[in-house]
Amino acid sequence: MRATAGALLALLLLGAAPAPAPLRVCADPNNLPFSNARGEGFENRIAELLARELGTRVEYTWWAQRRGLVRHTLAAGACDLLVGVPAGWDPVLATRPYYRSTYVFAWRRDRALDVRSLDDPRLRTLRLGVQLIGDNGVNTPPAHALARRGIVQNVRGYPIYGDYARPSPAAQILHAVADDEIDVAVVWGPLAGYFADRLTTPLAFAPVTPAIDPPGLRFTFAMAAGVRKGDTPLRDRLQAALDRRADDVRAILDAYAVPRVEQP
Amino acid sequence: MPGAQEIVDWWNAGRRRHRRRVAALGVALLVALLTIIVAVHSDHHALAAVGEDGQWLRAAGDYASTRYSPLAQITAANVRQLRPAWSFSTGGARGHEAAPLVVGDTMYVVTPYPNVVYALDLRAGGGTVRWKYEPKPAAAAQGVACCDVVNRGAAYADGRVVFNTLDAHTIAVDARTGRELWNTKLGEINRGETMTMAPLIVRDRVLVGNSGGELGVRGWLAGLDLATGAVAWRAYSTGPDRDVLIGRAFRPFYAADRVPNLGVTTWPAEAWRIGGGTMWGWISYDPELDLVYHGTGNPGPWNPDQRPGDNKWTSAIFARRPATGEAVWAYQLSPHDLHDYDGINEQILLDLDIKGRRRKVLVRPDRNGYVYVMDRATGEVLSATPFAHVNTSKGVDLATGQLSLNDEKTPVLGKVVRDICPAAPGAKDWQPSAWSPRTGLLYMPHQNLCMDVESVETSYIAGTPFVGMNVRMYSGPGGHRGEVTAWDPVNARAAWKLKEPFPVWSGALATAGDVVFYGTMDRWFKAVDAKTGELLWRFQTASGIIGQPITYRGPDGKQYVAVLDGVGGWAGAIVSADLDPRDTGAALGFVNAMRDLPAHTAKGGTLWVFALP
Repeated sequence: MRATAGALLALLLLGAAPAPAPLRVCADPNNLPFSNARGEGFENRIAELLARELGTRVEYTWWAQRRGLVRHTLAAGACDLLVGVPAGWDPVLATRPYYRSTYVFAWRRDRALDVRSLDDPRLRTLRLGVQLIGDNGVNTPPAHALARRGIVQNVRGYPIYGDYARPSPAAQILHAVADDEIDVAVVWGPLAGYFADRLTTPLAFAPVTPAIDPPGLRFTFAMAAGVRKGDTPLRDRLQAALDRRADDVRAILDAYAVPRVEQP
Repeated sequence: MPGAQEIVDWWNAGRRRHRRRVAALGVALLVALLTIIVAVHSDHHALAAVGEDGQWLRAAGDYASTRYSPLAQITAANVRQLRPAWSFSTGGARGHEAAPLVVGDTMYVVTPYPNVVYALDLRAGGGTVRWKYEPKPAAAAQGVACCDVVNRGAAYADGRVVFNTLDAHTIAVDARTGRELWNTKLGEINRGETMTMAPLIVRDRVLVGNSGGELGVRGWLAGLDLATGAVAWRAYSTGPDRDVLIGRAFRPFYAADRVPNLGVTTWPAEAWRIGGGTMWGWISYDPELDLVYHGTGNPGPWNPDQRPGDNKWTSAIFARRPATGEAVWAYQLSPHDLHDYDGINEQILLDLDIKGRRRKVLVRPDRNGYVYVMDRATGEVLSATPFAHVNTSKGVDLATGQLSLNDEKTPVLGKVVRDICPAAPGAKDWQPSAWSPRTGLLYMPHQNLCMDVESVETSYIAGTPFVGMNVRMYSGPGGHRGEVTAWDPVNARAAWKLKEPFPVWSGALATAGDVVFYGTMDRWFKAVDAKTGELLWRFQTASGIIGQPITYRGPDGKQYVAVLDGVGGWAGAIVSADLDPRDTGAALGFVNAMRDLPAHTAKGGTLWVFALP
């Protein structure tokens, strides 16, 4: 009798203090170093940090980061937060940026290539790799910058979507460097930082210069968290949490070797 | 790479065949003779079947893709009495671009994703469901498809209904029972490949192609065995001749095209591997020449500076042998395409008197704004005439076949280029034309759109930020966005033109009653006089129309006209995909031109069937 009463009381107490609403995160289940379904990406880690700071837990809606991402996730109301988006990206309401990264040149560490400039004359003869986004709109900045210099014949394009049946499909271009299919890849920094020591051969990398290539092609982008347009309350709570835990966010980015740059 | 092994097998098999050829010559001659006799007999049957016995066996009606029916109960004089006989909800919410099929007393309808097939019994007069087949394509395919999750229809032959699914399978089901007979996976959605086109069946070959040029997919057309679904051959649009199935029989009309491996040498190193040239449009067949004709999509990547060269064989037309896929000729409509002008529109096969001489021609109203009239035996361009407002090019040189470009409209990074006409969907997209032999006119549904291109907005894909392109489309000269043009291909001029407020994204249908049918995105199904274009009748459907109208003789002997409504597609994605009208760059800039569409139609697919009282 007493046990039953105790259980009833416990139930009542649980009912009286419901768990706080989870932080509903939209994330790609197969896109390291950003996120994966096993929570191994730095955006997974930042999401957990933010949820703890808001006194709740993370609940994921998984969706590949392709066209329609916002439409199928945030805008559809399936989830409320994209952890990493470009600052000022139009489809979302963004926080202030919490890091700024850059495109980098990446090469095998056992070769002293040390490429740093788009104007390095060796780029005319080395086997280069860039990521391409099909024929949908404008492409990645290195693809344009090299084409503008007439560097085309020695450039191999890799689909940014890769083969989604394989883990981390966007990393295909870095595997190509490690496997000596190409000499140098020009990729978004976080990808190179994470995979540099995780391939068959270690890679070295250096930021692309100039950071702004005429006529205004940018190689650095500031990254922020994004919520649904109009969801200012959540954005403001996330901003406060990011501000309070700025050191922890930095520590996570360091742990994933995300290359960071100051505003150019 | 899928298909590579098949190509190698095909190539090796060809060489083995060659070695055995001498020994087997007598047998081969006999077999060939028999084949021709059988082929001519069955082709005659198939051609006759289309209109004369009142069926509709493939999306385009006949092999020549005329979409003309000799049925004449419904005429310009009585069409005003046309009224709905019955209707049927497909349950689908996305863009319905398909043509229904009618075989005997059954109608077959395939929906957009999730690609459900319905068999409807026409005997009761109300279209009761005889069976329903659900392929359950992978949901991830929705995130891959570029321009709404459409399907352009099925094809019927030999007791089989054959269609494609968005996740790149071709499936044959038993027309009587709906039982799956075979299911062949042709593409890999994990690499961005989808399938949306309507197959064409020629003898024992099912011809299908892929979609996904936006994702860097390499295009192909495949020939499957009708009985088993096995891939007999696959012809790529780019790459070495052996991949393109260019061999000894290849004889393009223009000398510059008679060079080996142009699919490799007209690209930067290796770029052909992700060069686009997908095949999501129409195929025609000439039984006498035994040639199929199909187009290829535009090249990738978008920035033309990254792919100096002609980028063969993208934005082109091929003539191929249906049995082997072997290319006989090819012609590139838009070499080194700058504006997303896919070359996948329909080819209408006609015999016309051109400059006093009877010619077997292929008529192609292309996305780049020209109606091409070509000799379909040789690939010679006989005329190429603008049918809409075009400022991206200055004409086609008939001596070389070359399109002359207007450099002022070349997209340049960091520079705004305004008033590019036609816009990316072209002067005419996939929406198929109809031909009437009674009037000698081709009825072309199309759009009147121009665009500004500016590279300014930060974009973001797969964790990678980049500067995207801001494309804004808007109505061309006159302020209307759609047109129906009745084109006289012999004299290369328009006989009449109708203006529509929205792009005319539906197919057209012509009948021996001298009536032309088409649908509009603002929910009107219209019948116009084939001779004059005068509006004779219209009916307001539930949703906007982007489907392909057909006509058939029912089991009761009456003539019916059928069409699917259900707005969507690239033009209607603002409604079917709930895009934000404020996001003017959405759907690659199409949303800007369609902001008022949601006020005219909601989404949802319904089959409408009309008859005289």
